[in-house]
Amino acid sequence: MQDFAQQFTIALGLIFTGDPELWAIVLLSLKVSVWAVFIASLIGMPLGAGLAVGRFPGRRALIVLINALMGLPPVVVGLLVYLMLSRSGPLGVLQLLYTPTAMIIAQVVLVTPIIAALTRQVVETLAVEYDEQLRSLGVSRLSSVPVLLWDGRLALMTALLAGFGRAIAEVGAVIIVGGNINHVTRVMTTTIALETSKGNLALALALGAVLIALAVSVTGAVSVLSLRGERQGVGHA
Amino acid sequence: MVRQWVRAAVTVVALTTGSAQAADPFIVVQSTTSTQNSGLFDAILPWFEAESGIDVRVVAVGTGQAIRNARNGDGDVLLVHAKPAEEAFVAEGWGVSRQDVMYNDFVIVGPKGDPAGIRGGTDAVAALTAIAQTGSVFVSRGDDSGTHKAELRQWGKTGVDVAQASGDWYRETGSGMGATLNVAAGMGAYALTDRATWLAFGNAHGLEVLVEGDPGLFNQYGVILVNPEKHPGVRAEAGQRFIDWLVGPDGQAAIAGYKLDGEQLFFPNAR
Amino acid sequence: MRDFSVMTDHPTLSVRGLSIVRDGKALLGVDYLDLDGPGPTIILGPNGAGKSLLLRCLHGLITPDRGTVTQGGQVLTDKVRAGQAMVFQRPVLLRRTVAGNLDFVLRRRGLSRSARRAECEELLAQGGLSDKARQSARSLSGGEAQRLAILRALACKPSVLFLDEPTSALDPQATQEIEQMVLRASDQGLRVVMVTHDIGQARRLARDVVVMHGGRVVEQGLAAQMFAAPQSGMTRRFLSGGLMV
Repeated sequence: MQDFAQQFTIALGLIFTGDPELWAIVLLSLKVSVWAVFIASLIGMPLGAGLAVGRFPGRRALIVLINALMGLPPVVVGLLVYLMLSRSGPLGVLQLLYTPTAMIIAQVVLVTPIIAALTRQVVETLAVEYDEQLRSLGVSRLSSVPVLLWDGRLALMTALLAGFGRAIAEVGAVIIVGGNINHVTRVMTTTIALETSKGNLALALALGAVLIALAVSVTGAVSVLSLRGERQGVGHA
Repeated sequence: MVRQWVRAAVTVVALTTGSAQAADPFIVVQSTTSTQNSGLFDAILPWFEAESGIDVRVVAVGTGQAIRNARNGDGDVLLVHAKPAEEAFVAEGWGVSRQDVMYNDFVIVGPKGDPAGIRGGTDAVAALTAIAQTGSVFVSRGDDSGTHKAELRQWGKTGVDVAQASGDWYRETGSGMGATLNVAAGMGAYALTDRATWLAFGNAHGLEVLVEGDPGLFNQYGVILVNPEKHPGVRAEAGQRFIDWLVGPDGQAAIAGYKLDGEQLFFPNAR
Repeated sequence: MRDFSVMTDHPTLSVRGLSIVRDGKALLGVDYLDLDGPGPTIILGPNGAGKSLLLRCLHGLITPDRGTVTQGGQVLTDKVRAGQAMVFQRPVLLRRTVAGNLDFVLRRRGLSRSARRAECEELLAQGGLSDKARQSARSLSGGEAQRLAILRALACKPSVLFLDEPTSALDPQATQEIEQMVLRASDQGLRVVMVTHDIGQARRLARDVVVMHGGRVVEQGLAAQMFAAPQSGMTRRFLSGGLMV
């Protein structure tokens, strides 16, 4: 236990003294996950909103599918993306394997269903409430989508955070497509996996604490922004 | 309000895009967990990178997976420790040629209590036989890695059918060396490990080296350039430069110079 | 009594052979109804009389199973409907500021930024909400919210304004403010059609009245005459406060 306290102190020291290696890893984690969530929201939000207001055959089936995809196993996604990006795979010429871009792609695949499914829920609830009013104002089904997305923005923030949480905490997919290469594709979760396999459990745990702190502060920052928005009178979801 | 959101978003993106992307040129080396977990690469690669300006990106997985990845063309250089598999890799045309780089050895570690009574032995086959006869728990990599293959070769000599005992006293983790040692430490079990990973391992509580020095536990590492004729994307020139350095006097000296707690982990033996 | 001598040209709302049937039950059956004159027209009747349903048909929110609705002889195309606006029983305000709710409509009319600003300020002053312009619409009181809903309807620059029991959840003070807004709009030439089950409100506002019961129109006429001498037994019973079953 003394050993543990010692290693934990070392890890905390690395963080608070601004150890450049550790901070590069933290920043890469943030970069990959923020980009993944950003791209996933560009795909997932219109998709979710379309499912919420659209009326077309197969809509119910698609909703069930998207909901099911929220539970995609990261390892399987990692493997599929690996097979796509491998030099002997269909997208091999792009030379994306073992790059942060590959990790972003894998996380986009994991996060998009979450954002799409939650967006669908938020927008559908709002669409029911707004239906007659918007039709009264002559807003068509299609042009109601941006209105509903904007008015559901605070609830959609939660969807983004759920996606971010999934992305930043994920290890199975990024370790396969990123390769956990030092200074290139090593992120918080793969570092934790590596330190665990080296038997440096206390250091791994301390890094885990950093990861949790990171996730909590991002979530907290967004929540504070949202709350401030609410107080300033932009409404709540 | 909108402006605040935009500002926050811009800050986050600006903060995160400016991260350290290693500059070209680089090569990807498919290698094993033992070379990475032991800290060898961290110690020797900066020498090569400073001299050549080539960034070496190491993907550390089990030997079996490393070979498969290299076969897919997802690497320029293969550095592993399973000679028969490496020779097959070259024979099938996936690699250009194979060269010895260095060796270390495997050891059998186990709980201090040593229920199978193998402490101090130098005969791996006898030790494993004793473990099987007493039904003491043995933790195996079970991941088709170089270490796993070496372990199975030893079991083959004992005549014990470990597949039969799987899940009973024979436990396969399907994980890397470090993860497997974590399991062995947790269960107070025996395991076969390469010495380098063992020495660098930080969670060895209750485990110690019980059997070592058997010539059958010799662990040879080889290096192979992935065949650019099979995969035109292979960075053959830079890859060959790394191999030349590794088997040349500078690389061999760097390997010999890597010590942990005063103990040398790998012994260069390139010809 | 108010002076109705100022008569402007108003499009007639016409209903022909209208019926809505759900689960074999006729919810609405209006064979023939013309709403003409300047209004306000009050559609009066007990709960479940089909008043709101009729109003939604007039506004094109519900397509009837059979029958037609026309305004000034034209069927309810998008263009015709653009000249209509509606205020609902429970105001549905967008999750933005008070001004943002008005701006949403003004923007749809394609007004310039400065024109939107000017009209927004004017409307807010009209509804007594100028000091709440930057506040969240969702934080308004019930009366304020309904006033904003009316202002937003007016921002559409409609020729016809439908209101579906806009004061049913409000206290007398707030009700009075709404009624004043409705009368002012009517005086300015807007054709008002409003549903209520409140007889007092009908007396205060109506120029003409349509009485409904059981999905049918039981009586139609000028308010002054109807309240003085109702023709149908149903109307008499309703006006005298009897239960209508």
